[in-house]
Amino acid sequence: MLLYSIRRLLASVLVLIASSALVFVLTAQTVDPLSVYRTRQPPPSPIFIAQKRAELGLDKPILQRYWDWLVGVLHGDFGNNINGVPVGPVLFQKLGVTSRMVAAAMLLAIVLAVVVGVVTAVRKNKASDYVATIISYILIALPVFWFAVLLKVFVAIKFNELVGRTILYTASEESPGISTYGTAGEIFKDRFQHLVLPTIALAAITYAAWSRFQRASMLDVMSSEYMRFARAKGLPYRKVLLKHGLRNALIPTTTVVALGIGAIFGGAIITETVFNWNGMGRYLTQDGLGQNDINVVTGWLIVSAFFIVLFNLIADLLYAVLDPRIRLS
Amino acid sequence: MSTLIDATEQDRRTPTDALLEVEDLNVRFPTEDGVVHAVRGVSFTMRPGEVLGIVGESGSGKSVTSMAVMGLLPGSAQITGSVKFRGRELLGLSDRQLSAVRGKSVAMVFQDPMTSLDPVYKIGVQIAETVRQHDKSVSRQAARARAVDLLKMVGIPNAQDRIDAYPHEFSGGMRQRVVIAIAMANQPEVIIADEPTTALDVTVQAQVLEVLKTAQEETGAATVLITHDLGVVAGMVDRVLVMYAGRAVEKGTVEDVFYRARMPYSIGLLGSMPRIDAGEKQRLTPIKGSPPSLINPPPGCPFGPRCPLHYAKCDEQEPDLLPVDGADHTAACIRVEEIVKTEVAAEDIFSQDSADTTLAAASAIGAGAEDEAIPIEEIVAQHTDQDAPATGGASTVGAARNDEAAARRDPEARA
Amino acid sequence: MATDVQQVTAPPAITETPVEREFTVESRSQTQQALRRFMHNRLAVGGLVVWLVILLISFIYPHFYGFTFSQQSDALSVGPGTAGHPFGTDDLGRDLLARMMRGIQRSTYISVLFVLIAGTLGVTIGALAGYFGRWVDNVLMRIVDIILTVPILVAIIVIAANFPSARSPLGIALFIALLGWMDLARIVRSTFLSLREREYVEAAHALGASNRRIILKHLIPNSLGQIIVWATLGAAAAVITEAALSYLGYGVQGSDTSLGSLVAIGAQAAETRPWLFYFPGVAILLIVLSINLIGDGVRDAFDPSANRVR
Repeated sequence: MLLYSIRRLLASVLVLIASSALVFVLTAQTVDPLSVYRTRQPPPSPIFIAQKRAELGLDKPILQRYWDWLVGVLHGDFGNNINGVPVGPVLFQKLGVTSRMVAAAMLLAIVLAVVVGVVTAVRKNKASDYVATIISYILIALPVFWFAVLLKVFVAIKFNELVGRTILYTASEESPGISTYGTAGEIFKDRFQHLVLPTIALAAITYAAWSRFQRASMLDVMSSEYMRFARAKGLPYRKVLLKHGLRNALIPTTTVVALGIGAIFGGAIITETVFNWNGMGRYLTQDGLGQNDINVVTGWLIVSAFFIVLFNLIADLLYAVLDPRIRLS
Repeated sequence: MSTLIDATEQDRRTPTDALLEVEDLNVRFPTEDGVVHAVRGVSFTMRPGEVLGIVGESGSGKSVTSMAVMGLLPGSAQITGSVKFRGRELLGLSDRQLSAVRGKSVAMVFQDPMTSLDPVYKIGVQIAETVRQHDKSVSRQAARARAVDLLKMVGIPNAQDRIDAYPHEFSGGMRQRVVIAIAMANQPEVIIADEPTTALDVTVQAQVLEVLKTAQEETGAATVLITHDLGVVAGMVDRVLVMYAGRAVEKGTVEDVFYRARMPYSIGLLGSMPRIDAGEKQRLTPIKGSPPSLINPPPGCPFGPRCPLHYAKCDEQEPDLLPVDGADHTAACIRVEEIVKTEVAAEDIFSQDSADTTLAAASAIGAGAEDEAIPIEEIVAQHTDQDAPATGGASTVGAARNDEAAARRDPEARA
Repeated sequence: MATDVQQVTAPPAITETPVEREFTVESRSQTQQALRRFMHNRLAVGGLVVWLVILLISFIYPHFYGFTFSQQSDALSVGPGTAGHPFGTDDLGRDLLARMMRGIQRSTYISVLFVLIAGTLGVTIGALAGYFGRWVDNVLMRIVDIILTVPILVAIIVIAANFPSARSPLGIALFIALLGWMDLARIVRSTFLSLREREYVEAAHALGASNRRIILKHLIPNSLGQIIVWATLGAAAAVITEAALSYLGYGVQGSDTSLGSLVAIGAQAAETRPWLFYFPGVAILLIVLSINLIGDGVRDAFDPSANRVR
């Protein structure tokens, strides 16, 4: 197990290094930091462009550029944005904002997915199965932004109107300036009120697919002979379901959930856009891609890559913890 | 531990009482094609310490019967009749009530040891689980010690270490030993073994049967041994129940069925199996065709289409189990009296050739719908004429048959 | 020898009663059975019907409909049922129904293309990795791992943002497909890893079956359920991804439209012109929902064991 963990850890580091190369090449090939100048009227002279290229180091060979960037990142330096502001601190501040939403949504989605998946598998073809199935089918079938807008415009705003005051905030991650004047309790309450809607939107869309998976995996396990044998041993149905059924059915789910983290990052961008959050999403689309800011985009991608690799590692280790056949082979 | 055993021993003080009584058991499964009537009116009684063999082809309802007794059939199964354990009706009990019986009073061994054990738990945990499930007062350590004992009993070497192994680290035979250990963990009064050796290597089969015997001796449990392997039955059981198309077609002691089979299906089944006790030149006779569909079966004897003694009257009504020879030996065939009289053997009526291309060909032997019953002597005579040229040397055949006829008449002499 | 006897004793004309007595149910092939089971699944058939009806309307009705998708009229931003526009118009006076039908055509094109390209890539790579294991598996899965370190949507955005001219329906389908096969590859791989240990695969090996034959005849058919489930979820995901791209401003560009663009535009107009929000949203819901129902039905049809569970 220790050896396995070390192997997986080393593999993850290698994947991350390879990923950094991929990310760097991807942005270097697609993002043109000089497009701001190129579209200028009148067009700047080729000498000016060449000067800028040299200034930004774009004239060096790509390997050299990658190496410089990588060394910087390893020292915590993500380079400067086009206005000369260091990318690193801003990125981590945005990451903190987005993490609030992603963590809350993930937690909610996992709990919902496992509970709903197991219950619907056990109660297959009963009314509760049908209701849960219809709900998850509808959620799977909806674009996250459409559902989020629905939640925002037709649920939250109506709800606030009904209560007569704003309980559910529909825009931004916190009330402007609250972190400067509010007490810790006020800040927490304010952030929580801002968090509710995006979390629900993100979690609802995510849990739906996972619960289907959990249901299928649970059904698969329930048809296995060891479940029947466990009952022949005298274990009551419920205990067999939880101790043998759920335990086995969770194994494939962990992988799917870990893989889903990647999708969550994407989903978070959209959710942030709908609810005007000033997090990673806006940073990428507006400050990064909108400005053709190469260091912002690469920095963003490498941070998200780090988290995805981390969660894949966690999934691998969990998989081994849960399944002795993997651990001991 | 000792208290546990004492309690069960006290329970056994009334050996004459039936332990397990299955009465007119019927199991139906609704499917897309219609209702499959998988078990049709099966009855049997188990007395303490007795070993009953249930024999039949795949799909004859053997396994479904055992699952119905254990209450382990899927919820869609419709079960009628009665299953009584020590006079207590098991059908209709809640899952929780049944759980107290399963693994404690009635234990089970499944067919495929590769899938019977949960892959994610150590085998020691899986054994201890069943011990502690039925006696919460047993400590973890005691349950573990009991698990080691059980593993030793079923012949697993280094039980002390192997207890912490996972099922995938065991071979099939070893896993079946673990399954048997689990079945005997709580000193059950009935063990149902559903084809316990079918999925195993031939070399391992005998070992596992030995283990099963040990388990039976150790626990003193009445045992139901379900199998399609008559060899397994012959060595182990006291009484035999032959099943065909969801029905019991012959019941009797092992001697009754092996030496005085009275239902043509049982006769055919015995004829299809090599026997050490039948002279050297024994000829194997397959039963042609395959068992009928259990969806809307036609009236009459379900074995009719494959039966060499079949005639028109067989299709009118399904025969009941009729007593033959003794009170305990019954067979479901309307020609049973004739069969008793002629002492007919498989090779006398079943063709020995193995070509089984069409059902029509199979029916050519005797399943034509003659209005009048052709006397068995005549069928035998016809049959011998047909087969004689194919085997050459009719004298050897006759000799072998005489041997067996002698055996049939005098089984005690051989025993 | 023995068969000779059999032929002699079997007169040609005795096929009458026995056959009927033995089998009252006619035999069916596995595909026929699957089809039969599918047709018995009301939800799946319902999904199929809804999907076909939507497709038929979207592909045929435009030929008879009074407005084309790009035609502008004076009725700017009118609600449903006004001035001959059953679903209303957008801010340029374009008929919403006509635009939706066009959008569905383009989105269907995108999702079909996506499933074909990504499906082929995913099955091939997953099959190679899962079947051959060892270094093949290692190399392929590490490549998948590396690609998957970039969130798919983000990777598409980064590429699409910088190639505005490639944002035709074809281009969008390619973007999504080239970054959308990895999950299938992983699914197929893990199924293969467990399937190749099964007895029937070992049996096929023992009988001298070629790798190609084992993969095509045993492993892929037995993973078919999961591949189909992926294909449906994938087709649906392609439609939704395309919508997400549009919402973030990287969707189908120019004079053409797609269902995703319409939903995206509608989402921004939800408060002022709710019909632009509702109609395309419901359309995307119906389409994706019906595809998923079909997929589920197909899976259940191929995997009846799941039906027998309590």
